[in-house]
Formats: sequence, C-alpha cells, structure tokens
Amino acid sequence: MINKQVASAAEAVADLFDGATIMIGGFGEAGSPIELIHALIDQGARNLTAVNNNTGSGEVGLAALIKAGRVSRMICSYPRTANSTEFPKLYHRGAIQLDLVPQGTLAERIRAGGAGIPAFYTPTSLDTPLEKGKERRTINGRDYVLEYGLTADFAIIKGRVADTYGNVVYNMTARNFSPLMAMAGKITIVQAAEVVAPGGLDPEVIVTPGIFVNRVVEITHPAHESTLVAAGESYP
Amino acid sequence: MSEQKPTGGRTREEMARRLAQDIPDGAYVNLGIGIPELVAKFVPVGREFIYHTENGLLGMGPSPEPGTGDPELINAGKRQVTAIPGAAFFHHADSFAMIRGGHLDLCVLGALQVSQNGDLANWSTGATDAIPAVGGAMDLVAGVKSIYVITQHCTRNGEPKLVELCTFPLTGRGVVHRIYTDLAVIQITPAGFQVLELSPGVDFNQVQERTGAPLSPMADPPGVPKMT
Repeated sequence: MINKQVASAAEAVADLFDGATIMIGGFGEAGSPIELIHALIDQGARNLTAVNNNTGSGEVGLAALIKAGRVSRMICSYPRTANSTEFPKLYHRGAIQLDLVPQGTLAERIRAGGAGIPAFYTPTSLDTPLEKGKERRTINGRDYVLEYGLTADFAIIKGRVADTYGNVVYNMTARNFSPLMAMAGKITIVQAAEVVAPGGLDPEVIVTPGIFVNRVVEITHPAHESTLVAAGESYP
Repeated sequence: MSEQKPTGGRTREEMARRLAQDIPDGAYVNLGIGIPELVAKFVPVGREFIYHTENGLLGMGPSPEPGTGDPELINAGKRQVTAIPGAAFFHHADSFAMIRGGHLDLCVLGALQVSQNGDLANWSTGATDAIPAVGGAMDLVAGVKSIYVITQHCTRNGEPKLVELCTFPLTGRGVVHRIYTDLAVIQITPAGFQVLELSPGVDFNQVQERTGAPLSPMADPPGVPKMT
C-alpha cells in the first residue's frame, strides 16, 4: 500500500546527512518550507550545499539554517534581499561559499537535472562575468553558454494540498521553484497545509505528480517568514 | 560631466507615463524593480497590457488594499501584488521559458550604464566587497523581444549613465533597444545613440553635455507604437 504521509517534520528530515545537497523551495518567503527547515536545524546535519533563489530573511527559516553554520555552500541567484542579514555576515568572513547563477538558468538547471538532461545551452549570461569558465557554442548563428543540470540528495518544498500518493498543488506565487525541485531531489519532502486521501485532488489540476514525491507531512498552519521577522523571532 | 541640475526634464512618473505611450495594445510586459514599476500606473486609455512577473504570475495587478494582501502572492521585488481576472500561475521553468523563448514583447529595466551599442550593466558595480546578486536580469535581456531602459540620465553625482563603453560588469551585450530618461527618449541604432525626443524644456546640447558618447539628432518622430 502506498502512503507517503509521515507524522512529523522531524520524522520527514530524520535521514538528512552531513555534506548533503539540499534544494529548498521558495522565492523570498513565498513557498518557503519553514517548518521543514526548522526541523532540519533541530536534526543537525552540517556542511550542506543549499539551493534556493535567495538566502532567507531575519533569523528564521533558511536564514536561521545559515546562521547556525549548517550551510557551507549556497547556490543562489539573489543573495541580497531586504532583511537578509545572516548570509552577508558569513560571506564576508569567508564562512560560506556562493555560486551565483542567473535565476532562469538556476530554474532550468534544476528542471534539467530532474528530467535526465545532463546539460543544455542557453543565451543567458553570454558576454558577462557569469559566463567565465563555461563552454560557448554557436548554434544557428547565435552564441550560447553550456550549463549543467542540477540534482540534489534532498528537496524540501511547501505545497497547499497534497494527497497521500504525493500529488501536490501549490498556492499562487508560492509555486515558483518547488515543482522543479520535486523532480530533481532524490528524496523529495513536501509540507502541505492539508493532506488528503487519493481522489481528494482533481487529477486535472495536479501540478506535481506523486511520482516525484517521497514524503508528505501535514503542517496545518504554516508560519509566514515576514510575520516571524516582523515579530523579531529567531530559531531555535 | 556636470554637477549642475538641468532645468526642465521629466520626473520619474512623467518618464514612466511617456514610456507607457510606446507600448502597443495587447503587449505582454515584464517590469523591473524601481522606476520600471511605475509604468503600470500609466496604461493609455483604450489599451490593455498583461504584466508578467518572473516569480510565476502572468496577469499581475496592482498592490493590494492594506490588510488584504497575501505573502504568497508577490512580485519579483517580493512585494505583495494582486492577480487580475484571467491571471495564471506557473513554475519558474515555465516563467523563464516565456522569457528566454521570446514570448514576452517588452521588458522595462533600470540601468547603471548603457553603452552606445546597447550593452547594459544593471546588476553590479563590480565593488569587491559587495555580494553579487543577479536575479533574472540576464535571462530577461537574453530573451525578451524588446528591452527598454528607464533611468535618470545621470547618476546622483552627475556622471553620465549613457556611455561609449560600460565600465561596470555587463548584464548583456547589445541588448537595449531604447532608453527613456528624464531628459530624452533615445534609440540605440547601428550608429549609436539617436535622440527620438527631447523632454519639454530640454535642448539637444543639454542632453549631449550629460551623455558620455555622441548623440545623433532626432530622426522622424516615432509614429504608432510598434515593437522594435
């Protein structure tokens, strides 16, 4: 019998290991799986490579994971958002490595990784400092840059509703990178505000089919990062 | 380089209003952060634009009324927005397929520098202690059909932003089509910067003095808006 639901966020992330690559859904606070990230902080895995568009804000969620010194390398397109104060501290003292990737290239690298495509050519970053060290090729008279697909040991993402087969639907712009990361994670863990039985989601509207998902945990009232930051909260 | 403020010239809102006049009815448009966002306030009567925001929404509407917003309905600047009737949500690979695949008609961006051949620098000053951050700018300039820059003509210190050669790290080479500043509307042509229109109260020499490369004078005034 297939039932991917697990009882708690702690159980969902229990086997994360030191040195793992972990994709974390979200664009800013929208779609950030805060409760799973906090469970990961409690769990204690270190020396992580984290993939996220940003670097979190305040001292909760991804920023708290960074503050706790668990992330040694960040793959990211925009590490300089408002209230991102933890990443700069570590970056300036050389405690965290940054791989800067254009946002669309980051998305496509994750998509490709999950889709079994090892690399692709893109016009993005041509003639810029971010092209440096990359292979260039002329195709049909236009130049392109070679980029490699990206996979991860784990992906942790946030959905609105999931079923116990792992099918997921999202909430508005909280979708962002999550469906791609679900494909690219060897183990994909979803927190959803509601977990329903198979049949509880209309097959026509499912965004992430369950085959990409390994574990589902119900977090009925997920916190919003901006609310926590405004309240001056920090985790743990 | 002059530290003297020119007389006349458009305000940020007037620049945005002027640019909006050149967007054709039915265009799919991505607006960058800052002055570009103001363009949405000035849709000419009788035209309809659909706004794309690269974090995954086509049909972005204005900011929500206070207290009615949702932290999971935001724009690329991470500010709360609304979705118009007929809007669509999608993931990032689809969003950047729209961008790179040439499906968007126009992107309006800010700039640190634009060179006379249309090179754009708008993501980094190259300062060694700054944390580099690029977001979607390089994807947008690589794929959107038309790139319009909206910017003050000079920096706060009076340095020209329109230059022969960008000294800041590039976002893309030869990607800008047109520039809307407080002083003028300028087209990038094979011969360099060409003034299409001067702002009210501004003369050609004033603009030339504040530009780091030669300007050619106005050609025929632009007619009915059409994508370049």
